[in-house]
Amino acid sequence: MNINLTLIGQLLAFAVFVWFTMKFVWTPIMAALETRKKEIADGLAAAERGQHEQELAKERAKDVLHEAKAQAAEIVAQAQKRAAEIIDESKDTARVEGERIITAAHAEIEQEANRAREQLREKIGLLAVTGAEKILRKEIGTDAHQDIVSALAKEI
Amino acid sequence: MAGDTLTSSGYIKHHLTNLTFGKHPDGSWGIAQSAAEAKEMGFWAIHVDTMFWSIGLGIFFLYFFSKAAKQATAGVPGGLQNFVEWLVDFVDDSVRGSFSGRNALVAPLALTIFVWIFLQNLMDLVPVDVIPELAKLLGIHYMKVVPSTDPNATFGMAIGVFILVLFYSIKIKGVGGFAGELTLQPFSSNNTLVNILFIPVNFVLEFVSLIAKPISLALRLFGNMYAGEMIFILIAIMYNAGLILGLFGGVLQLGWAIFHILIITLQAFIFMTLTIVYLDMAHHEH
Repeated sequence: MNINLTLIGQLLAFAVFVWFTMKFVWTPIMAALETRKKEIADGLAAAERGQHEQELAKERAKDVLHEAKAQAAEIVAQAQKRAAEIIDESKDTARVEGERIITAAHAEIEQEANRAREQLREKIGLLAVTGAEKILRKEIGTDAHQDIVSALAKEI
Repeated sequence: MAGDTLTSSGYIKHHLTNLTFGKHPDGSWGIAQSAAEAKEMGFWAIHVDTMFWSIGLGIFFLYFFSKAAKQATAGVPGGLQNFVEWLVDFVDDSVRGSFSGRNALVAPLALTIFVWIFLQNLMDLVPVDVIPELAKLLGIHYMKVVPSTDPNATFGMAIGVFILVLFYSIKIKGVGGFAGELTLQPFSSNNTLVNILFIPVNFVLEFVSLIAKPISLALRLFGNMYAGEMIFILIAIMYNAGLILGLFGGVLQLGWAIFHILIITLQAFIFMTLTIVYLDMAHHEH
């Protein structure tokens, strides 16, 4: 119960403890608390930003989808149009080709007919000559009347 | 237990005597062997037990808190860090609530006061005979375990706070401002002559209220803890008075200890809060 030197000792110990707390306890812990507070605030802000961005992205996705649908429809329409065009074109081509083939066939047929006619003519000429020869063999030789035969053949 | 040969008053007196190291009247230095011998040593003596326990508890406190502070991260806190942060936050809230100035010293000061005083008071809950009897086995005859029942400890802290109050009063308000605060209020008048007449009256009033700060701070803590310790000692005497009274004493001790948990926390909190308030007043200009 006596007041003595302990008083001074306690005072000094108190001062040292306060200094130590200030330097090695309070400052680092407050720094950590501040950092955490900041990190939490940043995290919340980031979350909010993320949410906002997600909303924007949703909106954008909707837009993109819409556009894509429109584009697809357009493409389909175009394709249909093109298909119709192609069909028309092919029809035209086919008609032209058909006509060409028909014309060619006609020409060939005519040619063939001409050739056949020629052949027939020659054969008939020959037949006539043969016939005439047979007739004439009885009367005259073939050699003597060759010019007449050829003139005849030409006439046919 | 103090032994059958000892009387109750002897037992109490034994418990209330510090282990004192100092200069004997004959000039030699050593440990006082009785309360009377300790008294004779006068001012130039030191209470070894008070110093040992208070500094030991202070180192205990600072060891764990600085350990937590060193590992403090902004990430997920561990158990110790969580506890320390909770206390730091609690003290920080108290300081923010009562202290309006800007001073980086006040909050760490408040934390030190709160935890240190709490730990000192906490020693009161150790049954009164355990540590002194253990000390007796080591050959130490006096051991007062609770530092805050030693007025030296409480006055040491209160004077520390008082020095800070004076320092900041003069630093913030200047010598003139501080002197004015002591002499020009609470009574003042527009008449200069009357004001001069008021100076001695004001000074007496203000000086008393200034001096009352550290004294009330120290004596409040000391008185509460001393009384609590005394009741523990008185209860402990009952253990010598037969089985029934002994059992009754056990129940009383438990009850008082549980109640005392409130007191020790409250006293630590009051000391801290008043320190903050006094320092806040020192920072306020009128």
